[in-house]
Amino acid sequence: MSKYSAFSVFRHALSGNKSWGRAWRDPEPKASYDVVIVGGGGHGLATAYYLAKEHGITNVAVVEKGWLGGGNTGRNTTIVRSNYMMPGNTMFYERSMKLWENLSQDLNYNVMISQRGQYNLCHSPGQMDAARRRGNIMRANGIDADLFDRAEVKRRLPYLDYSDNARFPIHGAIYQSRAGTARHDAVAWGFARGADQRGVDILQQREVTGYLWEGGKIAGVQTSRGDIRAKKVALCVAGHSGHLAQMAGLRLPVETHCLQAYVTEPYKPLVDTVISFGAAHFYLSQSDKGGLVLGGDLDMYNSYAQRGGLPIVKHTLASAKALMPSVSRLKLLRHWAGVMDMSMDGSPFITKTPVDGLYLNGGWCYGGFKATPASGWCFAHTIATDTPHEDNAEFTLDRFERGYQIDEKGVGPKPNAH
Amino acid sequence: MIRIKCPICGLRNETEFTYGEDANVNRPSMDEQGVQPWVDFVFNRDNPRGWHKEYWHHVQGCRQWVVLERNTLTHEIGNCELARDAKLPPSQASEAAE
Repeated sequence: MSKYSAFSVFRHALSGNKSWGRAWRDPEPKASYDVVIVGGGGHGLATAYYLAKEHGITNVAVVEKGWLGGGNTGRNTTIVRSNYMMPGNTMFYERSMKLWENLSQDLNYNVMISQRGQYNLCHSPGQMDAARRRGNIMRANGIDADLFDRAEVKRRLPYLDYSDNARFPIHGAIYQSRAGTARHDAVAWGFARGADQRGVDILQQREVTGYLWEGGKIAGVQTSRGDIRAKKVALCVAGHSGHLAQMAGLRLPVETHCLQAYVTEPYKPLVDTVISFGAAHFYLSQSDKGGLVLGGDLDMYNSYAQRGGLPIVKHTLASAKALMPSVSRLKLLRHWAGVMDMSMDGSPFITKTPVDGLYLNGGWCYGGFKATPASGWCFAHTIATDTPHEDNAEFTLDRFERGYQIDEKGVGPKPNAH
Repeated sequence: MIRIKCPICGLRNETEFTYGEDANVNRPSMDEQGVQPWVDFVFNRDNPRGWHKEYWHHVQGCRQWVVLERNTLTHEIGNCELARDAKLPPSQASEAAE
């Protein structure tokens, strides 16, 4: 497999770009593997990559029911950040941020990481106090954070609504300058290419329909195109975590909910950062093609449908207009939905399960994309060594019965409220 | 837009309602001493991909709680009845406890 470089772009240009090789193989599965990873999204492919790179485990297959990155990896709003304050979360997301910063070089694949900064707006003195607390916790952990007052936010983001008529007046913002966006498809493709180069088999169009059992232990997976034996089976299936866990007889502290995202028609450069509204669940950024990328609330009811309802479209666009009145002149180009595995405390799982041979990576709620590299890195460590790394030690299933929920928002066991 | 047939008000838009929660979750009896039934009640869910019974509150209508059958894969709507009349099946957790 050739290395991508400026030189290779030049060389292939001379031959009319006709001799580029496949980025990864399309192999026939072997009869058995050391590890079978279910789910060929960012998290599954990252897990395969780090299993091979960090732990030398290359007898690995990634089994995907559709195509690579066709689930939530292709449905998110591409934002990466590490502004978490609960012990258990803070350093995990910072590990992810640090991996993002060098990911293009590590993968030899341009994931187009753009550290354009992220503002979380505050609309009351109470929110400013909470932001100050969050920022201090971040800085105490070596993560960058700044607190800006209204005048500084107005200087930096002059196009927001600062008028007397603003429904939610802007008091200030907490800012992380290292946050930003990445190209979501490139993340899946880069990890796939890196894993494939190290010998991992990527098997697409192959849905897992059940497990193979041997004496109460999982010994492989049944798929729509034949059985595959494995010593360890690892789930990275996002919204379908509950579904695949149920096949193994597990009930999870997870509900599956539908989250919509939106992109407007392309527009000249306008928003050179990521802005989160503090008064409603809403955030926006601008893609490299020029479309404003908007995200909002869940549809609130359980759903596996991967398509949302119109009431939330209206709700989200009302938030957009309250924050930035000029967007009302833009046309919405596309909107889509993904299904989130909303956990009971808003924090994820990277853990062994009570079922022997089954490992779980799930419960990512809204926040799966930014976690992709660290999720794969920590899950690979957990699978390879059968013990969690200290950065994912709190992401267990038994934290609920022990009373150690990691509830960043403090809203309790209401999955649709996180 | 989901349209819900409220037993009192008739066919109404989803926007008049607020989603409550999974209606298959059963509270253990108050003298239950074990930890696991309470953990199952508070945290663990069946989360089915298919038909789901759930509470909705007709908050901008008759203000009654209803139990709606809805398919989580297709958003198809089934039966809707007042929560006080609904006969709910025991969840897997309480079956396992029996």
